[in-house]
Amino acid sequence: MKRLFITLALAAALPAFGQETIKIGLVTALSGQSARAGEALTRGLQVAIDEINAKGGVLNGRKIELVRRDDEATPAKGVIAARELYFKEKVAVLFGGLDSPVALAIVPIANENKLPFMDPWAAGTPITKNGAKDNYVFRVSAVDELVDKAMLQYAQKTFNAKNCGMILVNNPWGESNEKGLRAAVSEKGAKAAGIEKFEPNDIDVVPQLSRLKSQGADCLFLVGNVGPSSQVVKSLDRMGWMPPIVSHWGPAGGRFTELAGPSAKNVHFVQTYSFFGRQSAVGDKVLKALMAKYPDVKGAGDVTPAVGVANAYDAMMLTALAIEKAGSTSGTAIRDGYYKIDRYDGLIKTYTKPFGPQQHDALNENDYVWAQFIDNQIVPVGMKQ
Amino acid sequence: MIGSALISGLGLGSMYGLLALGFYVTYAVSSTVNFAQGSSMMLGAVFAYTFSVRLGWPFVPAAAMALVLCAVYGLLVELLAVRPFASRGSNAWLMATVALGIIADNTVLFTFGKEPRGFALPWAAASTNVLGVHVSALQVSIPVAGLALAAILHWFSRKTKHGKAMLAVVQNADAARLMGINVPLAIMAAYAMSTVFAGAAGIMIAPLANVHSDLGTVFGLKAFAVAILGGITSAWGVMLAGLIFGIVESLITALLGSAYTQILTFTLVIVALALMPHGLFGRAELKKV
Repeated sequence: MKRLFITLALAAALPAFGQETIKIGLVTALSGQSARAGEALTRGLQVAIDEINAKGGVLNGRKIELVRRDDEATPAKGVIAARELYFKEKVAVLFGGLDSPVALAIVPIANENKLPFMDPWAAGTPITKNGAKDNYVFRVSAVDELVDKAMLQYAQKTFNAKNCGMILVNNPWGESNEKGLRAAVSEKGAKAAGIEKFEPNDIDVVPQLSRLKSQGADCLFLVGNVGPSSQVVKSLDRMGWMPPIVSHWGPAGGRFTELAGPSAKNVHFVQTYSFFGRQSAVGDKVLKALMAKYPDVKGAGDVTPAVGVANAYDAMMLTALAIEKAGSTSGTAIRDGYYKIDRYDGLIKTYTKPFGPQQHDALNENDYVWAQFIDNQIVPVGMKQ
Repeated sequence: MIGSALISGLGLGSMYGLLALGFYVTYAVSSTVNFAQGSSMMLGAVFAYTFSVRLGWPFVPAAAMALVLCAVYGLLVELLAVRPFASRGSNAWLMATVALGIIADNTVLFTFGKEPRGFALPWAAASTNVLGVHVSALQVSIPVAGLALAAILHWFSRKTKHGKAMLAVVQNADAARLMGINVPLAIMAAYAMSTVFAGAAGIMIAPLANVHSDLGTVFGLKAFAVAILGGITSAWGVMLAGLIFGIVESLITALLGSAYTQILTFTLVIVALALMPHGLFGRAELKKV
């Protein structure tokens, strides 16, 4: 009898123990070649969630909880994970998309079911510009077509380049950037020396590069993940040719210096954030939180890849504001909540009206920073020798 | 431009040739091949990296040990994926060798990791200028080593007792058996040799490429095209076909652009085989009834 009473009392007390948590989902690569990047997204989200929960959560004290699933960098697995998180775990907002193909596969699920999807990494232009009438996809990250514009701008300004050649990996990502770079170049009335593709597994890119050289290229636009990018650098070394290299952020995804050798530092690539150098108050706070929570983080150099942490942190903070504005966890209300955000002093920048019905990307080409590898660290260009 | 394309082509071509020699050796002795030669190549690179970088051995013993392990892998391929099927007249070794290759690739994926690793050799980076073309030590040493291995194979099969025994198996396995030649042993030796060639190619290509479990996949496929193109029955033909394939591939890229490389190279392979069904240097097999 006494036991029954205790059970009943416990059951009655449980709901009051704490209101139901709000679940935030994350679908990303947690294993394999991109596992570090997936871990960076996790850390950015977790630090933001800890901060939000410490301040009392959202919607009058409801705590936020992170639920993660591994997509192994494959779209099919990503779709299964996204469905599970949306429909079984009932996450209020799904974060995900480290790889553009995975993100693109999740986009229709989000839009058809009116469930918000936040992309903190994948840069494919059509992820947010997906043509859906009711668009539930948002992004706090770089966007290919803007990166392409920024790459041209940087090459012209920094290297006074007039005639850049493109060396692009032969896959949909390379394709998307070929389009973007062509558009950027013709918009500026400039011209490209040539466009060459290489396979992700190519060992020798010398033939492609010597073709670009003979076409008079005075700089190179490079698009490829860390492995393929390193093949380009090593091939240039073998040719004894050292043009300025302006790159998308592929090299940031791995041990670029180990793979590409001493010339790795010649590659200048785009990033959205760096924890090196003078930090804003938010930067200091996030770095301290990371160091307190993760024993392997002893300084700015250990926050890698920094873009993952920074994008995820800001995206989570913006999402919390959107939920607060929505007043509920309904998908449509949160979507409209994103539109109602006025101002947020974030890590990457101060966001003013970051989202609107026609504006689903919070970052633009003015928010990018240029970085290079010095030894094994990604640092802003010119900060270290 | 043509100069550096030629050097690139020679380097890659001799690697295709080395892998294709592996197809030739086993095909000649047993009319079977290890379709997953690409995996054997990857194992050579991964073993050499493990001994040399992770365990800190000097390069030469590391490479030697890697080749020994490759030979052991070759024996396993023969014992597990070829003999059980070929001995019963089944062609299932086709699939079994592919399957064993996939198992090897995935085992490496789990143990070595998915992240590609760099395997730099200090001497390989040295470079010089020859007639206005930049040439690195590695680019020179790859074709030299490739051709040297092909020459050693030639010498072994013509001048040594074991080589002659293998040639006898090639000509007539039954007659060889009656002459007291251990045919199963000769076939095992051929498989070990074939994976050693592939492993050597892997070790040489590793500093040029990155070491990862997927290193050999495309290479293995191209090498098979090369073996058929060369006419799988001639050692020098196979090596030469490798060089031709590599050079044609690089020249097409350099002269016409990378958009055309794969389309044109493989079109040329089909055209060549249509015109010369036994390969560029092969002979028609006589089937006596």
